[in-house]
Amino acid sequence: MSKIKIVIPCDEANHVCDKTQYKNATLWEKIKLNIHLLYCRACRDYTKNNTKLTKAIKKSKVECLDQSTKVKMKKTLDNAIEEQSR
Amino acid sequence: MRFINYSFFCPIFDTQKNAIMPEHQINPNNWIDLYSDYLYNYTISRVRDREMAQDLVQDTFLAGLKSMENFKGEASERTWLVSILKRKIIDNYRKINSNKGKAEIRINYNDTENEGDWLEERVADPFDRTAEDSIQNSELGDAIHDCLSKLPQKQADVFKLKTIQGFETEIICNELNITPSNLWVIIHRARTAMANCLKQNWF
Repeated sequence: MSKIKIVIPCDEANHVCDKTQYKNATLWEKIKLNIHLLYCRACRDYTKNNTKLTKAIKKSKVECLDQSTKVKMKKTLDNAIEEQSR
Repeated sequence: MRFINYSFFCPIFDTQKNAIMPEHQINPNNWIDLYSDYLYNYTISRVRDREMAQDLVQDTFLAGLKSMENFKGEASERTWLVSILKRKIIDNYRKINSNKGKAEIRINYNDTENEGDWLEERVADPFDRTAEDSIQNSELGDAIHDCLSKLPQKQADVFKLKTIQGFETEIICNELNITPSNLWVIIHRARTAMANCLKQNWF
């Protein structure tokens, strides 16, 4: 039983926190994170900011071009560059 | 004692350097990597049509390429491209309108049936906050892209793939040829930088 760690260091807590933002953390990891947050003020702040960032990105509905479109655009632009330098 | 910095005595060197090299350089080869996402996001919050937005961004790059010699280097490349894009967006709206052939008049105040209703129509509806919210959201989107463009290229790429496009960890790792722990370190750095940047500019 001594193998099971309940107390985790801050860097691991931050790593779990990052994972939680993408819903990649397991339940046990989340429990450990919350125990860590009980006594660690710095990580509480980090978690708060991190959650805020996730919410802001979700709310703003930012979009990116997907890779295939970008490649296509790049090709068109490259052709135009070539044509112009001729 | 012989190593005297002559440029200190001859400030004319500095001015000459400035004359040859303006503050901002232009290099269309990097445009897609650096600005396409920002411009796309800028467009989509104003046009609301993905295909149209893509076309407009593409047009902007081509137009920018054509008028490259007009770039004086006073503003940054991105500002310059955005000013072209703005014109393209306005032109786009003009085109749509001319297809309709006429300006639309939606409210008819001479209608006898609804006589007297028009005063109520003009009062702002306190519950209709959608317009303002969406304006705020589009500005938030600009702020996010501003912050993204300040990140190192690799961090920005990983962050976009993971957070905005929502790919799984394994897919990104395969695509970019990195290990998962490597990916999480990059994500962590990107998130910290983004949170700080947004804190300054937005929250």
